[in-house]
Amino acid sequence: MIAGRFVAYEATPTRLLARISPWLFPGIESAHLLGLCALGGTLLVVDLRMLGVGLTSQPLDALARAVHPWLEASLALILSTGVLLFMSEAVRVLHTPSFWVKVATLLLAIFYTFTMRRRVAARPGGDTSRLTRVTGAASLLLWLTAAAAGRWIGFSS
Amino acid sequence: MSILAVLEWLAATRWSVALHESVYVWPLLESLHVLCLTIFVGTAVMLDVRLLGVAMTRIPASAFTQRLLPWTRGGFAIMVITGVLLFTATPVDYYHSSSFRIKLILMAIAGCNVWFFHSPHGLES
Repeated sequence: MIAGRFVAYEATPTRLLARISPWLFPGIESAHLLGLCALGGTLLVVDLRMLGVGLTSQPLDALARAVHPWLEASLALILSTGVLLFMSEAVRVLHTPSFWVKVATLLLAIFYTFTMRRRVAARPGGDTSRLTRVTGAASLLLWLTAAAAGRWIGFSS
Repeated sequence: MSILAVLEWLAATRWSVALHESVYVWPLLESLHVLCLTIFVGTAVMLDVRLLGVAMTRIPASAFTQRLLPWTRGGFAIMVITGVLLFTATPVDYYHSSSFRIKLILMAIAGCNVWFFHSPHGLES
């Protein structure tokens, strides 16, 4: 029943996309990947700092605050291109286990980033505590899993 | 011996065939290659936006070049290694791909930019 709705829903964007240009889907996919690079960079800078490497001369809270707008911007890009990608192959992807792993982990990662990680990063003077290191490691693990599951969607038939 | 002849020889080796037909190895290698982009391009992008003066301007740029570039270099190293391995799976196909050739040319140009940046005439000398 749900799949039926997605079949009808998918038909229009797919045909529309293909009619505009055969380069449109690869283009959206590339934009998704570039968004991933940008998002990865914003996440890495803070997560590495939380783990005690990278830009260690900067206080964590100032760094996290400076990076945050870029995190939001790259997240917006990757989410919007992701929705477009989903729309173009919704039916196939709903039957792919990797997709579900990816979505679940992605939602968890976003929630985690905007709640616990943000709070831990904003604590003044908490730069080297164990909580900070664990938070940074957990963030990396969550996002890496989401990205890997996302890539694996492409390998599933 | 032409490049194509060498690549055709490579494509016929047991290694290449095995990699090309692998169920998990090639996808895992490719995933590693793509995910490493986040380290390589991600840290490079952070450095670039700082150099452009649009982000984190209160942090000295030297902190970025000293502390973040090692990660960029490390990421690049992994990308080159995985990239070469991926190439060996279907060398002839990549040889004929115009997108692949464009990619290599753009990488060479980017490399020139990096070299210039670190040369005595560049910013980070």
